[in-house]
Amino acid sequence: MSASLLESRQLEVSIGGHRVCHDLNWRVDAGESWAILGRNGAGKSTLLATLAGLRAQDSGRLSIAGHGLPLASQAAGARAIARVRGYLSQHQIDPFASTVMETVLVGRHPHLGRWDWESAEDRRIAGAALDEVGLAGFAEREVQTLSGGERQRLAIAQLLSQEPQLFLLDEPLTHLDLSHQVAAMEMLTRRATSGAAIVAVLHDPGFAARYCRHALLLFGNGEWLAGPADEVITATNMARLYGHPLRELCADGNRWFVPG
Amino acid sequence: MPTRRRALLVLAVLVGLALLSLLVALAAGSLPVSAGDVLCALSGENGGLAVDVIRGLRLPRALAAFACGGLLALAGALMQVLLRNPLADPYVLGISGGAAVGALSAMLAGLTLALMNLAAFAGALAAMLLVFGLAHGDSSWTRSRLLLTGVIVAAGCGAVVALILSIAPDDGLRGMLFWLMGDLGQAISPWPALVVLALGLLVTLPFARELNLLARGDTLAQALGVSVGSVKHGIYLVASLLTAVAVTTAGSIGFIGLVVPHLVRLAMIRLGWGNDQRLLLPASALAGGSLLVLADTLARTVIAPQQLPVGVLTALLGVPVFLFLLGRQPNDRQ
Repeated sequence: MSASLLESRQLEVSIGGHRVCHDLNWRVDAGESWAILGRNGAGKSTLLATLAGLRAQDSGRLSIAGHGLPLASQAAGARAIARVRGYLSQHQIDPFASTVMETVLVGRHPHLGRWDWESAEDRRIAGAALDEVGLAGFAEREVQTLSGGERQRLAIAQLLSQEPQLFLLDEPLTHLDLSHQVAAMEMLTRRATSGAAIVAVLHDPGFAARYCRHALLLFGNGEWLAGPADEVITATNMARLYGHPLRELCADGNRWFVPG
Repeated sequence: MPTRRRALLVLAVLVGLALLSLLVALAAGSLPVSAGDVLCALSGENGGLAVDVIRGLRLPRALAAFACGGLLALAGALMQVLLRNPLADPYVLGISGGAAVGALSAMLAGLTLALMNLAAFAGALAAMLLVFGLAHGDSSWTRSRLLLTGVIVAAGCGAVVALILSIAPDDGLRGMLFWLMGDLGQAISPWPALVVLALGLLVTLPFARELNLLARGDTLAQALGVSVGSVKHGIYLVASLLTAVAVTTAGSIGFIGLVVPHLVRLAMIRLGWGNDQRLLLPASALAGGSLLVLADTLARTVIAPQQLPVGVLTALLGVPVFLFLLGRQPNDRQ
């Protein structure tokens, strides 16, 4: 049996004295889709950045596709990991002018050698990624002229052009309108059904229940709960998670949660 | 983003322009020379006074100008990526301030030119280590902290420079002011600067794509496999050393380090090539070198036989050109 894409053993993560998770034993395999839910400040982003290898855990073991984290040697392992795991940050910054195509091509970096330039194949992959997020005609647009939602879709396209097997997404639906939220989640879950794995920090338990097969709940005090979305995302758990009563509504086989 | 072929083409054109600017510098001056004299001087044949002037005076000075311009433009481009701030220049972190304190102290003490250069280099290194040490203090290394430390150290150096200027004897003031404005008349040999420029390009170009990512944010760069910490330390070190060598060679020549990377970047953006360091770094070095060669040629010919400090000319030329281009830059490209 091959190594799981992401695995943690007795993982302890904290930030600024706040405990994010205690004794997290968790694994993500190819084909799975996970939602991470929790209230503001519970540490969802911190955990995701730790899982991505961008910050060190307090203790415990963590591995991405067999590479133990934190890396013993930065230089070699970081590129190898970047070919396997993609990370979508919550904030995109563009201090310098740049075109949309250029920004997407950045995702090809881990696949290129030190002296390589982006090939026609890289451009094809980048163009296909733009197509997938509905930015087909935008290749030559200046990034700084994009709207918030367009910029977010561009960030997702950049991640697609990276062609990772493990997608770690910090609030991928930020700035997106309803139709693009649905399109983005469908596109990402298609990736999962074709052999990748996605782990997404989400805010809407309804979206999580509809698009993710599994969920990891962070209660904000180090406690966590992981399992199939049907079992984990319940009105009781959600009320406890967000500290606010919630009602579960069912329509067309989907479950939605509204504040009670 | 340019293709590799286009980038090489652009660089070839810039190399041509650099050679042209050097030829202009060799031919222009108060002593009229013929094309034959220039050829004679370059081919190593013996000739008359003109050949001696070209080989002994104009060629070393032009080469020093090229090297300094290249060093400053390259250092500026690196600093702009490091601080992720288009307004950064090689002097923003106090390197030139440290060098100025060293150089002016040496002048005040009446030391020789060689010792003055040594003092300038020592001052630049001291400022670099001081800023790095202070900014690095508790191992956190944020941009704003680095920038603030640099600006404060530069301000401190500025105060010391003002102190030296106010206690210096009158006959030394002119030399000090020329140093502060940047003047290639004091360059001893162009070779150290040229060698450092070549080395600087050699060590930075392999990391150019990593720098592209770093310009888009540390998190993104790290997520895509860049060792952000070591690359950032590396750029700081290289950019500081390049600046220190340039300042030691010719004083603190302003504007080249800020304006040239900007001009190149604006030109690249107008061509739709964005901010690609793989082209930007070598193109800045070549353009900065050529520009300083031309500016220095003007500085020593425009009111000959009197010579102007080249820093005055780079500023006088750089400011309007920069404002013109900035004003014409399209705000959006829809």
